[in-house]
Order: sequence, then structure tokens, then C-alpha cells
Amino acid sequence: MDMPLPDPSILSRKARILDRLRAILPHDAVIDAPAETRAYDCDALTAYRCQPLAAVLPRTTAEVSAVLRLCHKEGVPVVPRGSGTSLAGGALPTADCVVLGVARMNGVLETDYANRFIRVQAGRTNLSVTGAVEADGFFYAPDPSSQLACAIGGNIAMNSGGAHCLKYGVTTNNLLGVTIVLMDGSVLQIGGAHLDPGGLDLLGVICGSEGQLGVVTEATLRILPKPEGARPVLIGFSSNEVAGTCVSDIIKAGVLPVAIEFMDRPCIRACEAFAKAGYPDCEALLIVEVEGSDAEIDEQLALIRAIALRHDPVEFRESRSEEESKRIWLGRKSAFGAMGQINDYICLDGTIPVSALPHVLRRIGEMSRSYGLDVANVFHAGDGNMHPLILFDANKPGDLALCEALGADILKLCVEVGGCLTGEHGVGVEKRDLMPVQFTPDDMEAQMRVKDVFDPQWLLNPAKVFPLDVTSARRGA
Amino acid sequence: MMTLRPADEAGLCALLRGRTGPLRVTGGATRALWFGGAADLLDCTALSGITLYEPGALTLVAGAGTPLSEVERVLAAEGQRLPFEVPDLRGLLGTAGVSTLGGVVAANASGPRRLQAGACRDSLIGLRFVDGTGMAVKTGGRVMKNVTGYDLVKLLAGSHGTLGVLTEVSFKLLPVPGASATLVLRGLDDGTAVQAMAAALGSPFEVTGAAHWPGEGTFLRIEGFADSVAYRSGRLARLLAPFGSAGMLDAEDTARQWQAIRDVAPFHDRPGDVWKLSVKPSDAPGLAARLGAEAVLYDWGGGLVWVRTAPGTDLRARLGPFEGHATLIRAKVPVTPVFQPQPAPLAALAAALRRKFDPRGILNPGLMG
Repeated sequence: MDMPLPDPSILSRKARILDRLRAILPHDAVIDAPAETRAYDCDALTAYRCQPLAAVLPRTTAEVSAVLRLCHKEGVPVVPRGSGTSLAGGALPTADCVVLGVARMNGVLETDYANRFIRVQAGRTNLSVTGAVEADGFFYAPDPSSQLACAIGGNIAMNSGGAHCLKYGVTTNNLLGVTIVLMDGSVLQIGGAHLDPGGLDLLGVICGSEGQLGVVTEATLRILPKPEGARPVLIGFSSNEVAGTCVSDIIKAGVLPVAIEFMDRPCIRACEAFAKAGYPDCEALLIVEVEGSDAEIDEQLALIRAIALRHDPVEFRESRSEEESKRIWLGRKSAFGAMGQINDYICLDGTIPVSALPHVLRRIGEMSRSYGLDVANVFHAGDGNMHPLILFDANKPGDLALCEALGADILKLCVEVGGCLTGEHGVGVEKRDLMPVQFTPDDMEAQMRVKDVFDPQWLLNPAKVFPLDVTSARRGA
Repeated sequence: MMTLRPADEAGLCALLRGRTGPLRVTGGATRALWFGGAADLLDCTALSGITLYEPGALTLVAGAGTPLSEVERVLAAEGQRLPFEVPDLRGLLGTAGVSTLGGVVAANASGPRRLQAGACRDSLIGLRFVDGTGMAVKTGGRVMKNVTGYDLVKLLAGSHGTLGVLTEVSFKLLPVPGASATLVLRGLDDGTAVQAMAAALGSPFEVTGAAHWPGEGTFLRIEGFADSVAYRSGRLARLLAPFGSAGMLDAEDTARQWQAIRDVAPFHDRPGDVWKLSVKPSDAPGLAARLGAEAVLYDWGGGLVWVRTAPGTDLRARLGPFEGHATLIRAKVPVTPVFQPQPAPLAALAAALRRKFDPRGILNPGLMG
């Protein structure tokens, strides 16, 4: 993976640029000592690192605007950053950039239960949005795995999903409005407490634009009343195909679980060794969660049981207590940690049509054997969002490159069967060079035109999303 | 005025590449907004047919010219539906003809269930379009979760044909629930009705429709499995006891009532202009009181207000500044723009996007600004 070479004219102006940043921001909001900018040299895609020119931590929309206006004038690229949990390298700096972190903007500005929204600053973490309203019986639905740490601003940039989006949708379906600062420093309000923003759906294209159109500083989010209760069941199968068919039958039957999670044997074994959740040793495991009152849950689970039993499961375990529910989720929720304990890994997130599941799992198994790298699969089966974990050894020369090559082959397979490169992590730098697998030059041209309108100089997060050779003319490289 | 009817996407590309004059892009023209300019008609109804339907994946892909009724029939046979309850505006607008999927998407047409299941744009998972230069573009796909590249799906939904001509659309579907019921509160004034709807929508009982029809009642819909519907409607009725004793509509009456609300039936065959306001729900009664309207109908818990006024009324002048927007849906001769004028910086972005996608200004010019 290449990044553009830093612009020497910017590097040579570093002292002046820092002086000017310090003139418009409080002193503690500008960071340039190498020991301190190290904290910003990568995000959760830790294989790639680069020290930025500087990092700034503004506290207000006005400060964000001042920083962007200055960088616009100086021609300095800006990399926006929420909490730095991107698995796709969305917040990876270049040496000539200013990292703009919104972490200090973490307040709640307004909660309104009659109209069911909350307005927060963009640095507020996902889980603490729910934290602000749960005592009053509400929650914010999108729940990425990193929800304890990840910021709403980053969620909006990546259009983050989560385990429960089968029922509640992803960020874009729960976002009502934003305050956004464009690269030239102009501050725009889009949408608000009403359901439709009006005019062209700029909010819809801003969400998921990976910080390339503007820096979101405030967001109005839809909040929902908490369901009365939720309960998972665990269903074990002796083959991936049968588990896949069972998922499809559950959906066809009209049950709409809030989550259907799928784990294959390598994943089950690793999780069991790590978390000792009491999972059966089988080929495929489903965790299906439904919501409602006790009676409603019983009604839905009876239907799911009837469907599952037709497929001859090796185990059907219905939770009977809070404790049992926790144990059922325990293994799944510790899957990434379990894998991390055994090996280095990269986590992919291509999406496939649910019907292609058995075929794709079989092909991944074949590819895994031919590359000589183990792959464990854990994913959101209800919506086809895969999370193959490719295990490798970072200390073994060449292993990362081999792992990335296998990853690319798996993502190409996802596209080939009618799916996409990324379901919820974003393109970032990680999948940037695979974009032509999914899109024609004209498809990408149409997307890049939107950036041309919002950021004509291509200064915001410029080396992401599109292959560098495709964007070189626009970036003036 | 000519009608041009390309047979397929390639034909549409060729047509647009060579085109210089303005075009009025249309499907079945059942939800057409007022359009002032003289233009040839670009009829998209030949781009028709379901190309993929996988009930087990809750996914449908079809040509933009495919009749909505055909799609609804095919989905119903599998017990599924488009989640967002597409309004049929023929009765309101006095139009005839056949609504198409492309028209639904171009208008982001969304009915009462938008509250709970999202708008058309929220169920739309992919599309193909041809821009004003004749370039064919794919965005999104046929899977529910997809963040690959920018979400032009949302940008095109509700763009009323001004950025490109849709050729194919993909939807996420939902199963049709086995049962439904509606609670009715009678005699509430508008302000109290909006409060009652807020109380219902803030409960965990999953209300899928909340509308107030002045003079008729305040309606709250529950859908799902039979036992669950019975349980939730009982709990909801108890919760709403302070607002009065709730009556109950059975499944058949529920279907009839929500179709009438969806299609704005109370305004059919009544003269005057029709406006649609999108507002913060709790603001709705106060705003409606300023309008001097002949009739109003509240949907989306108050977030959507249908307004019927005397012909030629400038509703925006009566509203003054407010949070939200007003769209003129029906008028013989409009005295104002159809869409709410936007603040200058947003209007400039929208205009710049239109210039990028339609540099010659041939697609529904002037419709959105």
C-alpha cells in the first residue's frame, strides 16, 4: 500500500504553519512534538503508520472552521479523526498533513424525548450517546464493536453499522442532521429535528464519505425507545450450508430478529478456548436474538425453533436467564480478542448476498488452504456482512503481504458473487486499490465529482477511498 | 413537444449524449410536480422488468420503469413488501397512469411507516443512472450493508431526475406481518394529539403509524405476530388512557384507514393548493395554526403535515422562518417555487452538484432550483 509523497513545500513551511495554528487555537490544542504526535500516527489499521506535520484538537465548531480556513489558504491536507478506531486506515496521516481530532468535542447539546432525538458533538463516543438517554428508556441503535471508544464523527464518516442493524439500520438511517465545516472554513447546517433534510440529500452523501467532504462537528441523531427485553438462542449445525439455509428460512418466515450472527468451526474453537462460553464443537454456530416482551419473545423463538429443528441442528440452546444470555454472547463478543491472542490477524468486512453464503465459505476454505493461512469466519449473517479473520505472523517476513493478497482475493470473490468490498468498515487506504474491482472508471468519476464540489482542491483526507492513480490529477500530484 | 422513449440503458445513454434541449423526465407521471418550462418528455417506462428477486435475502432489483403494482403483486405472493408504504397520489393530484419504481425513488416517496421503517431512501440499496452527459453509473448494489465508495444512492433518491435518469433500482424488503391493529383516540385537539402520538412513539410498543386527522381521530398502528399485536395494543391503550379511551380498528379497517392517510384521501376532490410540510413534530400544531389553512392532516407523529389552502396562497410567507421545509405538491399556477428555497451555501452546493451531473442543464431544468 502506497501513500503519496509529502509535499516538500509544506514540510519546509512547517514552522510558519504551526505558528499560525497556535495563533488561532488555544496553546494546548496544537501538538507537534514527535513524542506526542506519535499517538496520531495510525488508527486501528496499525500495520501502516506515519507521523503527521501536526495534530490539532479544537473544542468548538468555530475553532474547526479556523483550522480548516488556515489549512485551505496554506494548501495543507487535513486528515479528520474521531477516536482513531478505523480498521480501514481512514485516519492514517501523511507527513505533510494536519490531523484534526474532534475528541475534545464530546458534549451533549440537546435531548428531546418528545421528538426522539439527541444532538451531540462529533467527538462523543457511540456508547455514551446511549449512556446519555438510557436512564430515560431510550438508546441510539447503531452499535459497532468498537462502540466503547469510537466517536460519532467517525461513525458518520464511515456510515458505521453493528450487530443489530438487521432491524435498526446503520448510521445513515439514524442520522437526522449535521453541522459540517467545509475545507474552506464555511459552516453549514444540514437537516435537524425534522425527518427529511429537504432539497438534494446532501446529508445522505456526507454520511459514509470518509471525511473527504467536510468535518462534522455536531450531529442530530434519532433515538429509539428501548425494547422491553431481548433474548438470544444458540443453534449449532454440522455444516455451513445447512446453517446458511436456516438463516434464509428464518428471514423468509417473517421473523425479523435484531441480530443473526454466524461463526464457523475455526472461530468457534478459538472463542471457546479463550472465553469458555460452553459452545458446542460443531461446523457452524448461529446466535439469533429477538426482542420484545417475554410473551413476544416466546412467540418468535417458538417459530425459530420450529424452523431450526427442520434442519437437524446438533444443538438448540435457548437462554433462560440473563446469565445464560450473557454466556451465549460471550464467545461471539470476544471473537476478535480470542483471535488476537492466538495470532496477528486482519479483519475483512465484505458483504455478500445471503444466498451465496455456502459457496463463499467453501471458496474461502479452498483459498485459505492454497495460501497456507488460516481463516476464521464470524459475521452478521442476516445481512450478509462477512468478517473473515485471516491469521498471520507479523514477525515472519512476507506474511503480511501474503495475508493481504489472500484478503484481496476474498474481497474480489465477494464482489464476484454480487456483493461489495466493505459492509461497514469503509474503504480508507486498506481497500482503496480494490475499488476498480467493484466500480468502473465512470462509477468512480461520478463519486469524485461530489468531492470536487465540496473540496475542489482535494485537501481533505485526499489519499483515501479512490486509487492514487485515479485521483492524481485532482490532487495535483 | 415530443415524447422520447429509450428502449434500454444504452439507448438512453446515446439519447442524452447528443441532447441539447431540456427534457422532462418521467415514469408514470402519477406524482408529477408542477413543471413550468417547455420540454420534450423523456418517458422511462420501457426500462421495465424485475431482474432479481430473492425472498430469502429480502432483496429485489428491477428496471426503473417497472410498474409499482407489478412489484407489489410479486412481493405479496411471497408475503413480502417494500417497507416504506408508497403513497398513491393519483387521487390527490388528479393524475392517471401507472406509478413506476423510478418515479417512487426520484420523489423519495414514503408513507406513514416511514416513522418506523425509514423512507424510500433507507430501503434503497443500489441503483443505476445515466447522468446529463450520457454516462451510465452504478452506485450501491444488491446487499443491505455496503459502504464501498460514496453513497450516491441517497443523493439520487429524491433528486427528482435533476442529477440523472434512473435505469435500475435495488431494494431491501420486509416480510408482511401476520396481524395489524389500530388504536383510535377521538376528539383530541391538534396539540394534544401530537402529545399523544409522542407518548406512543416513545413507548417500546413499536408503533408503525401515527397520524392525526382533525375531526376523525388520532390513529396509532401496531403490526406483527397476532399475540404480540394484541399484547402491545393493550399496553399502548393503557399508556394512552390519560388521552381518553382508545377505540380499536381490526386488520381490515386498519388497512383501509392507513391507505386513506397514506394517499391523503381527505383532500381528494377538494379544490385548492396542497402543501407538504416536514417539521419537528412538536412544532407542527403551532405552525399549522399560523396557516389559515382549509384543512390539515398530520402524519409521522406530526413530522409531516399535509395542508390544503386557497389557490395561490404563499404558505411560506405565512409560516415565516421555521425549522423544516414546505413543498408545493399541487397547484394550478404556483405563485412560489415548488421546493423550499435553501440557505445560500446549501443552494450553492446543490447547484454545483447539478452542474457536475448535468452540465448542459437538460434534466428537469429549474425543478429543484
